[in-house]
Amino acid sequence: MEKINLNRVPMPKQKPKTRIKNFDEVALGYNSQQSKNEADRCIQCPNPTCIEGCPVEINIPGFIKAIKDDDMPEALKILKEKNSLPGICGRVCPQEVQCEEKCVFSKKGAPIAIGRLERYVADWEQEHLKSSGQSFIKLKPTGKRVAVVGAGPAGLTVSADLAKLGHQVTIFEALHTPGGVLTYGIPNFRLPKNIVNSEIDYVKSLGVQIELDSVVGKKMTIDELLDNNFQAVFLGVGAGLPMFLNIPGENLNGVYSANEFLTRANLMKAYKFPDYYTPIKIGKRIAVIGGGNVAMDSARTAIRLGSDEVSIVYRRSEVEMPARQEEIENAKEEGIKFRFLTNPKKFLGDEKYWLKGMECNKMKLGKPDKSGRRRPITISDSEFIMHVDIAVVALGTTPNPLIAASDKDLEFTKKGTIIADEKTGKTTKPGVWAGGDIASGSATVISAMGAGQRAAKSIHDYLMSSD
Amino acid sequence: MYKIILKQKLAPKIHLLKIKEPILAKKSQPGQFVVLKIDEEGERIPLNIADWDENEGSIDVVFFEKGATTLKLALLNEGDSIVSLAGPLGLPTQIEKFGHVVCIAAGVAAGFIIPIAKAMKQKGNKVTSLIWQKNKKMVFWENRLAGASDRLIIATEDGSYGQKGPAPMILKKMLENGDTIDRINVMGPGPMLKACSDITSPYGIKTIVSLHSIMIDGIGMCGSCRVSVGGKTKFACVDGPDFDGHQVDWKLFSARNNIYKNEEKIAVEQHFS
Repeated sequence: MEKINLNRVPMPKQKPKTRIKNFDEVALGYNSQQSKNEADRCIQCPNPTCIEGCPVEINIPGFIKAIKDDDMPEALKILKEKNSLPGICGRVCPQEVQCEEKCVFSKKGAPIAIGRLERYVADWEQEHLKSSGQSFIKLKPTGKRVAVVGAGPAGLTVSADLAKLGHQVTIFEALHTPGGVLTYGIPNFRLPKNIVNSEIDYVKSLGVQIELDSVVGKKMTIDELLDNNFQAVFLGVGAGLPMFLNIPGENLNGVYSANEFLTRANLMKAYKFPDYYTPIKIGKRIAVIGGGNVAMDSARTAIRLGSDEVSIVYRRSEVEMPARQEEIENAKEEGIKFRFLTNPKKFLGDEKYWLKGMECNKMKLGKPDKSGRRRPITISDSEFIMHVDIAVVALGTTPNPLIAASDKDLEFTKKGTIIADEKTGKTTKPGVWAGGDIASGSATVISAMGAGQRAAKSIHDYLMSSD
Repeated sequence: MYKIILKQKLAPKIHLLKIKEPILAKKSQPGQFVVLKIDEEGERIPLNIADWDENEGSIDVVFFEKGATTLKLALLNEGDSIVSLAGPLGLPTQIEKFGHVVCIAAGVAAGFIIPIAKAMKQKGNKVTSLIWQKNKKMVFWENRLAGASDRLIIATEDGSYGQKGPAPMILKKMLENGDTIDRINVMGPGPMLKACSDITSPYGIKTIVSLHSIMIDGIGMCGSCRVSVGGKTKFACVDGPDFDGHQVDWKLFSARNNIYKNEEKIAVEQHFS
């Protein structure tokens, strides 16, 4: 019987004082010894529960054993069988509520650091091999063509899986760069863009073509794609429109959606202004409203852009925050202030319509609501003013309306998401599948990838059963 | 990459670029715009589509040199390419048989109001185009405008060509003289859109304004272009760019369009001094 080792190898990180002055990756990654030490802790359960926690069902004990055995090519092969984007998932998946939560050591507070090991393997490939699809035996070309709308996590996954099965895939991406939220949303310090680019290069190396600047719903319709010799269409267009609070003053200068703030900073590289042409307003004091990962990303971007004081304003308490614990810790280390149980009531502006402050209410927690979290209740007469010159609203997004406006056959939920079968991604329109945020509402990168993977299976069955 | 196949200077600081893009040439409709990006460092800016040619597979954009991006755009030549061109974006202008339609444009907008005037005329409307420029030198595409309209009125600020006086004043005179107008489409700077809307408001004439808000993606993702219309927040990129001028919160519109005034100066200094 192996001795149980509960010493999780910590992740080396850039020091907070240094990292708030740059946009380089915070977590530096394990070295070979650290990865071996962590892999050695895995007891290789005969009936591994960790796999159940993985939306794309990676053979987790398998790739960890390969690390133990020093067989990195094997580790990589096992990972890539199920996951075309391991460098991304190793960094941004919420492993603590997925695979790691199901690890038998989780109860003892020291699950195997599966995400860190996944990242180690992906980075090893970066360093030692050129990202290529050649290691995969490609089936004979089937002659079937699939159009994938959106080059985000769902679209890239479905494309890679279908390409590996011999189908010819073209992705139509609305922006000038592929990656979706991986590119415009998640900052470089959490997910370096060279990682995203090399994973996209890998998908391209499988034969997938990417057409940029292609706004489906405007430049072409779904029906035109189906008429134009594509036998199937997958919609992975993501969640589009940013949600606002619907309170007075929300359109004042200085109030950003998180989508805009992050798009300016990440996609358009406004942190390099004026060398890059896109500007961004920073302000001395910034409030970021919301408690999710996007709120943490916005706050941590703001501090790097040089704001004096950055606060997260959240209407519930810390335990209800949907952000990953790791990101909350990182934000705290970087000097972000947290104002819990605080809810903005009104944005206050000056005579030139510039934001000057926020009137907020203090909140208390009531009984759990539908989400299972305790419901925030406004404390009467608790109003107070926070002086801020920039506010970033990070409350999530609602589905992009462009697809809905351009297609009559698809059916949508009241929330505007596309109705699609959870197991297969099939929509109500023949030959059309959907997955990711456009079908499920705002969720995670990995859940979108899981949806892409399931849709790929279903699309493959459909293509092979029809002539 | 999208190739510039023709470049023309139309008036001081106003240029035409003809860009190869066969699908846009087929799909563009009056009132729509593109979002383009010149190069790696470039920002994404919206520009109205002034014309399209399905046979040639190209679209025309006209622009006025103002910020760093349009200054840089003006330096490009035939044969050069830009890295990104997305469109056609926004909802097309509503084209129906209204009766007498007045199309009003100032400055560079004289270039891209033509498709609207043309389409309105084709629908059987009587079209009056009212074009306002600073002076005679700034007048361009007079023949094109005349061809797209039943009646063309050109006015200059200094009276050096056509009638003298700002377009809203001329519109006011038309109304006071008892001209019957059933619909108005206005394109140009915010203050003129507002002035025209204010004039028509007592007459109850539907006045459609095309709002040039600051945009990034142009597909509803960022909310940079939000405007308040009839007390509701709208995104100019996906809900517009056309809105009812009587319902627009003009103070807010003007404030939001000035957010990056300082940054614009900095960028121009950095790249063009």
